[in-house]
Amino acid sequence: MDSEKNNKPLSPKAALIEQLASNEDLYLENPASVWRIAMRRFFRRKIGVAGTVIIGFLLLVAIFAPYIAPYEPNQVLIGIEDIRKRTPPCIHILDCPADQPQHIMGVDGNVRDVFSRIIYGSRVSLSLGLSTVTLAIVVGSALGAIAGYRGGFVDNLIMRIMDVILGFPAFLLAIAIVAVLGPGLKNALLAIAIVAIPSYARVTRASVLSIKEIDFVAASKALGASSTRLLLTRIMPNALTPLVVLGTLGIAGAILEAAGLSFLGLGAQPPLAEWGSMLASERNQIFSSPYLVIFPGFAIMLTVLGFNLMGDGLRDALDPSLNE
Amino acid sequence: MLSYIVRRILLTIPVLLGILLVTFLLVRAIPGDPCHSMLGEKASEEACARFDANNGLDKSVPVQLGIYINGIAHGDFGESIRFSRPITQILVERLPMTIELSLAGLFIAVSVGIPLGILAARKHNTGTDIATMTLANIGVSMPVFWLGLLLAYFFALVLKDTPFQLPPSGRLSAGLSSVPFYEVWGWDPGEGGKAKFWEFISNHEIFNSIVTAQWVIAKDAIKHLILPAVALATIPMSIITRMTRSSLLEVLSRDYVRTARAKGASEKRVVGKHALRNALLPVVTIVGLQLGALLGGAVLTETVFSLAGVGRMVFEAITARDYPIIQGFTVVIAMGYVLMNLLVDISYGFLDPRIRLE
Amino acid sequence: MSLLEVNNLSTSFFTRDGEVEAVGDVSFSVDEGQVLGVVGESGCGKSVTALSMLGLLPKPGVVKQGEVLFKGRNLVEMKPDDLKDLRGKEVSMIFQQPGSALNPVYKVGAQIAEVFKLHTDLDKKERNVEAIDMLRKVGIPDPESRAKSYPHEMSGGMAQRVMIAMALSQDPQLLIADEPTTALDVTIQAQILDLMRDLKDNSNTAVVLISHDLGVIAEMADRVLVMYAGQVVEEADVETLFSNPHHPYTKGLIGSIPTFGDVRDELDVIPGVVPGLIDPPDACRFAPRCIARIENELEICTQQAPELIQITPTHQARCFLYSEESANG
Repeated sequence: MDSEKNNKPLSPKAALIEQLASNEDLYLENPASVWRIAMRRFFRRKIGVAGTVIIGFLLLVAIFAPYIAPYEPNQVLIGIEDIRKRTPPCIHILDCPADQPQHIMGVDGNVRDVFSRIIYGSRVSLSLGLSTVTLAIVVGSALGAIAGYRGGFVDNLIMRIMDVILGFPAFLLAIAIVAVLGPGLKNALLAIAIVAIPSYARVTRASVLSIKEIDFVAASKALGASSTRLLLTRIMPNALTPLVVLGTLGIAGAILEAAGLSFLGLGAQPPLAEWGSMLASERNQIFSSPYLVIFPGFAIMLTVLGFNLMGDGLRDALDPSLNE
Repeated sequence: MLSYIVRRILLTIPVLLGILLVTFLLVRAIPGDPCHSMLGEKASEEACARFDANNGLDKSVPVQLGIYINGIAHGDFGESIRFSRPITQILVERLPMTIELSLAGLFIAVSVGIPLGILAARKHNTGTDIATMTLANIGVSMPVFWLGLLLAYFFALVLKDTPFQLPPSGRLSAGLSSVPFYEVWGWDPGEGGKAKFWEFISNHEIFNSIVTAQWVIAKDAIKHLILPAVALATIPMSIITRMTRSSLLEVLSRDYVRTARAKGASEKRVVGKHALRNALLPVVTIVGLQLGALLGGAVLTETVFSLAGVGRMVFEAITARDYPIIQGFTVVIAMGYVLMNLLVDISYGFLDPRIRLE
Repeated sequence: MSLLEVNNLSTSFFTRDGEVEAVGDVSFSVDEGQVLGVVGESGCGKSVTALSMLGLLPKPGVVKQGEVLFKGRNLVEMKPDDLKDLRGKEVSMIFQQPGSALNPVYKVGAQIAEVFKLHTDLDKKERNVEAIDMLRKVGIPDPESRAKSYPHEMSGGMAQRVMIAMALSQDPQLLIADEPTTALDVTIQAQILDLMRDLKDNSNTAVVLISHDLGVIAEMADRVLVMYAGQVVEEADVETLFSNPHHPYTKGLIGSIPTFGDVRDELDVIPGVVPGLIDPPDACRFAPRCIARIENELEICTQQAPELIQITPTHQARCFLYSEESANG
């Protein structure tokens, strides 16, 4: 269209109009890039910022765990300190006698420092959440992309399988899978990833379907780009936005499910410092030593809350339909 | 409408078949040979041969699948290894607890979640809205088992000897037991499957004690159910609150709400009649999906509160490697979940006239 | 006294990016039985003016100043309860998208009957009879069975007839029609306009007709208000406006209508789009798009905001081309 215009001699009026149009717009702002707008919107929302602060804090704790934790997570303090099992929290600045060793979250049934175990537990939960979701996104989006791109029988087959997985209550299916594979952190990770796959497959498939017919994809196809290349360079980047949002919320869900599995004895196994199993091993002490239950549970909740808030913030910022 | 219902039902069938297939394959996927992994490493040759024959494991896999599906179609889910009892019988005893717990959780989630969501939307951007949403966000992030333990600690220990004290475990206080309604009414429950069915119904403790006016038991059962139901309801309730709020906010900006105002409808009528009915449509779908969270969470809740439902049974079965129980319970709960969602979808069709045409 | 008198109405939306003045200092009046056309591009403040009048502004919108006198009563300061009783009875409104303006989950008959429930003492049976009667009046065939339809089962034209039936059910003295035909096919447009004209002629209802379509305005209006970027830029009776437009924007609008049989090299278009309204500069808001400004080499347009200038007692335009200074200079 542009070239057509340029070849035609301009009438005086058209020349005037062009002059106006090429004028720097007197009152119009330059449109900011989509990502900058999204970033600005994200940080304007308290909810996303709160989530980011929580996650940032937890990441720092996980990275610097050896420097923060006063003890090794699995260090049994019998013979090292004069302390009995399940000693309540003792904080020196809060009127705890100075001759008593300081354990700000108390000592557990195996005479280990709870605070140190909680600090190290952040490593387990964060890496578990991240790795399950990464696994689920990789497998799920690959399946969804193939289904959406190929269509027909392949699409039907993949999506019906996804429907069956969604037919189960997610946590129950995860339990059944771990029960069969055998308890353990790796199997728990695998089970949680499997039950999460359908959501990512569905989202990716929907994005692929909506983008497939858009001009630039059709144009690349006409230029002879291969299917794989098209999927990776043209289609997937556009499916990324919903995956990022869903993935962040998915980490929250994965951490919660993993803690639940560990609580049932199906996930992390003792003596690993994992919040869910720490809570499980002391749950019968809820009436006598509630602190042994309160602290690990709070750590789980805080982590899950962080990812949930961040995911909500991202959704608000990235979803144009919520544009105000 | 009829074609919509028929289409929904037809779409459900492959999912149900898929569930049967997955649960069948799950047990076959156990590493090693099933006999030794279930009966233990020291099981003798004869015991294993008997085990294989009993479970049809000596036949080909497709035949086994046929036996499996045929059994389920006749209400036979196999036999528990640990208890040497039919799983159907265990379900009759255990499932009612889980049903009552899930329904109570659902009731709390819906009856608190929806009004809270409406409140937050009506007071958009005020302190009430922010407080409600903060609580809802914390609620969504709540580990059910942790909340359960905290509730037990607070209501059983901290509030001990106050009127608000609540029992932290069990289904009924020790020494109490209810009489099934068919005995109270002098009915003959019949034999076989029919008797099982009536027994199943009467095992719904709260239902049974209310219809037969056993008030002491009803009160005790309800008291025991409150804490687990609240713990179980927290996540779905928070999700429903958030969904109701955002849906209502969205609907309030729609053209037809403006039309209702332009007609001269009062604000109460605009929200209550014109906006709410539309805003609750997506909430209905969410409620259906939350049933899954309730059934999954029941395993954790029943474990925390020592309730003898199928959830706790699954937990015990895992420790005992009692695979038939895991298989049987998983298939029953998954099918129940799918069928409940089918009901939700159909009721959605009645609520939204636009769906019926599709 | 006029039926409706709007004086110096200003409406702003307070967004995070700042205050957006969607309507600035707009004044006009409408007499009984008169049709006032309000014309301008989308985003020029036509609809916001209408919504401001009835207190129907969406959330961050606030009427900052001015008054809306309906039969001498100021609607801007009226209590919400009194305003509610007035809406749908004495003043009603129809909207652009008839499909989305009707509630999708209720039958159309019930939606019309609701207006009778809100404003009359009729019982349920009588209300339904009235609703079917209104459907018949707006030319819907087989109204008894159509009353049981849901909005999604109707075409756009049908739905707009339902909206009109709803709006006119209480014989209002003023009808505000916001782009009533924009979303409809051309043939349906003509039918709806005919219907509105018939109903108006029978009831002496005054109409504020908002449209971006000059054809619709030419056909329906007695007087015309041209709006640009939240301001009135020209006002005249309909013949004057089309035969002797003054403001360059009005000229541009009229010039951009293709006329059958008129062979032209190019269609006149107005370059650019309506500017954003956050912190409008102290200048003519149309200046960035104004060809006349360049042709006449007027500097003042970007330095000072023009006032409405009286061309004749019934014709005014907001343009420096007609001010004393530029006439002298």
